[in-house]
Amino acid sequence: MMKQFRIQLKISIILAVISIIVFGLIYPGIMTLVGQLIFPYQANGSIIRLHGKKIGSALIGQSFTQPDYFWSRPSATTPFPYNASNSSGSNLGPINPDLIRHVQLRVEVLKKANPNQKGPIPMDLVTSSASGLDPDISPAAAQYQAARIAHVRHLSISAVQQLIQKYTQGRWLGIFGEPRVNVLELNLALNQLSNTKNFKK
Amino acid sequence: MTTNQWIQLIVCLGVLVALAIPLGLYIAKVFNGTSFWGEKWLGWLERFFYRLGGINPQEEMDWKTYALAMVLFSFIGGILLYLQMRLQAFLPLNPDHQLAVPRAVSFNTMVSFVTNTNFQFYSGETTLSYLSQMALTVQNFISPAVGIAILMALIRGFVRKESKHLGNFWVDVIRSLVYILLPLSVIFSGILIWQGCPQTFRGSQKVQLVSPLIYNQPVTVQGRNTTQPMTIIHQSIALGPVASQEAIKMLGTNGGGYFNTNSAHPFENPTPLTDLLELLAILIIPVALCFTFGSLVNDMRQGWTVFAAMFILLVPMIYCCIHFEQVGNPLLNRIVTGSTKQNPEGNMVGKEVRFGVTDSSLWASFTTASSNGSVNAMLDSFTPMGGLVPMWLMMLGEVSFGGIGSGLYGMIVFIILTVFIAGLMVGRTPEYLGKKIQAFEMKMTSIVILIPPLLVLMTTAISVICGGQGVLNPGAHGFSEILYAFTSMTNNNGSAFAGLSGTTLYNLMGGIAMWMGRFGIAIPVLAMAGSLVQKKNIPESTGTLPTHTPLFVFILVAIVIIVGALAFIPALALGPIVEQLKMIAMTMH
Repeated sequence: MMKQFRIQLKISIILAVISIIVFGLIYPGIMTLVGQLIFPYQANGSIIRLHGKKIGSALIGQSFTQPDYFWSRPSATTPFPYNASNSSGSNLGPINPDLIRHVQLRVEVLKKANPNQKGPIPMDLVTSSASGLDPDISPAAAQYQAARIAHVRHLSISAVQQLIQKYTQGRWLGIFGEPRVNVLELNLALNQLSNTKNFKK
Repeated sequence: MTTNQWIQLIVCLGVLVALAIPLGLYIAKVFNGTSFWGEKWLGWLERFFYRLGGINPQEEMDWKTYALAMVLFSFIGGILLYLQMRLQAFLPLNPDHQLAVPRAVSFNTMVSFVTNTNFQFYSGETTLSYLSQMALTVQNFISPAVGIAILMALIRGFVRKESKHLGNFWVDVIRSLVYILLPLSVIFSGILIWQGCPQTFRGSQKVQLVSPLIYNQPVTVQGRNTTQPMTIIHQSIALGPVASQEAIKMLGTNGGGYFNTNSAHPFENPTPLTDLLELLAILIIPVALCFTFGSLVNDMRQGWTVFAAMFILLVPMIYCCIHFEQVGNPLLNRIVTGSTKQNPEGNMVGKEVRFGVTDSSLWASFTTASSNGSVNAMLDSFTPMGGLVPMWLMMLGEVSFGGIGSGLYGMIVFIILTVFIAGLMVGRTPEYLGKKIQAFEMKMTSIVILIPPLLVLMTTAISVICGGQGVLNPGAHGFSEILYAFTSMTNNNGSAFAGLSGTTLYNLMGGIAMWMGRFGIAIPVLAMAGSLVQKKNIPESTGTLPTHTPLFVFILVAIVIIVGALAFIPALALGPIVEQLKMIAMTMH
């Protein structure tokens, strides 16, 4: 048995080291090469540029709380919301009094900011996401804010609604996932819309 | 459940089985001892491993040598991983300047990745360097390969007659790596990059926010805690070689996320398409192995039996989870819509909009039925009954598909228990696949079945006695967090009610539970294989209990559920069940 122990130990050590080289270095290395050559935009984090400046990632949400932008979902990252180097959910349990209090507070703020909205509040707009970096809101959550945006930006409601429609992504093949609107892309388009309108004036 | 939810569920399960059958037959080809077409493509890599390792692929091992090789290989891999994490600050590929990982966390993480558990008491993007992440990737490959090897040894225990040898551990591991895990991972990570998973060695990207953010930063002024408004104009986006790790994390029933929030993070799981593919990747190899088993024992009906039993254990649980998450949290529904009845989106706390309730619940069930343990929604924020589903699926012993290899050998142990109980009822020596089941096999079976509940309940009890530190949520939910953590670690799953923070006690005790939960089961299984392989084959007679009938599937499922229920119902009653009752009571006033 002692002899077997020595033989197997030697093989273990050699194989452990080769595995590190093959699966720890060569495999990710080759995939990085492939990614950088074929899909450089995605492989580097889907970074969006405006006038040459990096202004965000198409996949990572940003905090929007000003009245003239569509708001994102609440985020539980620390120390500030939408901290993209420290993803985190709230992890609050369903009957935790903190959760109930947070949601109540968000509902109040939302109602105050959208006084003309009488309908039910979309759940995703008052609950924090799993990653704290959710780039999307539901189409209902965007519609809920349409009147406010139109009012603040002096746009017609139909123009804002059209924009929402344009940026709504459906389910994949009509089956998988949920319909959604990317908040950063929507807000960038909104800025562009306001700009062209001001330019025409 | 809505129509769309039914369609998603049925299509997903249909595609899964349709892909798993050919994969299972392919895996059987890899291990049936004859050469096959894959060797033309990748034989050079296989031979490269043999040559450098000084391995003679023709050499056969008895069960003791096989077990020795398995333990040594895992142990050495673990030590290297531990050193990497402790020394990462001095090693290359650390663009974000991470410091050494603390001792207890390193120990827990090391055991976690070596045992195919991938429980994480740390947050990836704030703790690990790129090199450490890549070192974890190595164990992501090796630990499922070891699982397949143990399974193959057990299958040979049934197939071979009057022999001592169970095959060669190194050959089984290397062939799993070269012909199954590596090619699948390369293809899958390519798809993931295309869909948006980063794959880069550059450090985090700093971008300028479209709308600056003002938040109240807590500060201490003259010894008093207060806040001071602070404007954030930049976002620092963590990146890294994500796709390559993500692929094997999903395929290898690993589940250890690159980022803190695992597959909920948009960089790990950017679109509904990646979500579907990752869901399939969770279960595809464990499901395929059922058919590999059928093919290798030369009786596909046996494979279908195992598949049917596992499937029946899983599907009602998916239904439960989707149902309760869709109904949502009545306390929040009341605030948002004015009625406690369901709202259209369901329970969205800790869920991502692109997945919604359906994909999140599907994932929670898949990931705990297999021993994957990744999450795409925060299980801690599920409704009490929705959160009970993943806990229950783990408590069954990770046998409704389970981990790669480990799920199937766990189920085979349950089958042996079933033929034993059935044999007692009719007063005949039990047998399975032509091998007599005798005292030694039953001893090993008892060990395998008793270890997980024993470990889970003891470690949970010790944690609670020690004051239940580190819990985030008050009351019954806090208990659920602890119970979940040790259920997950012992059964080598790796998912978590993530509100629980890792104290030194949890890190150390959890590390021991994971090690025992893996090798305390793998070694008795190998010992059983060593005993079975020496036996004669007894031809089937009229007195043999057929193990491929619906009746047998029924008894098997019943026994798995009864064992799980007997062990865990009292603990569940203190956690999710009492929380559900409390929630109903709170809804009433």
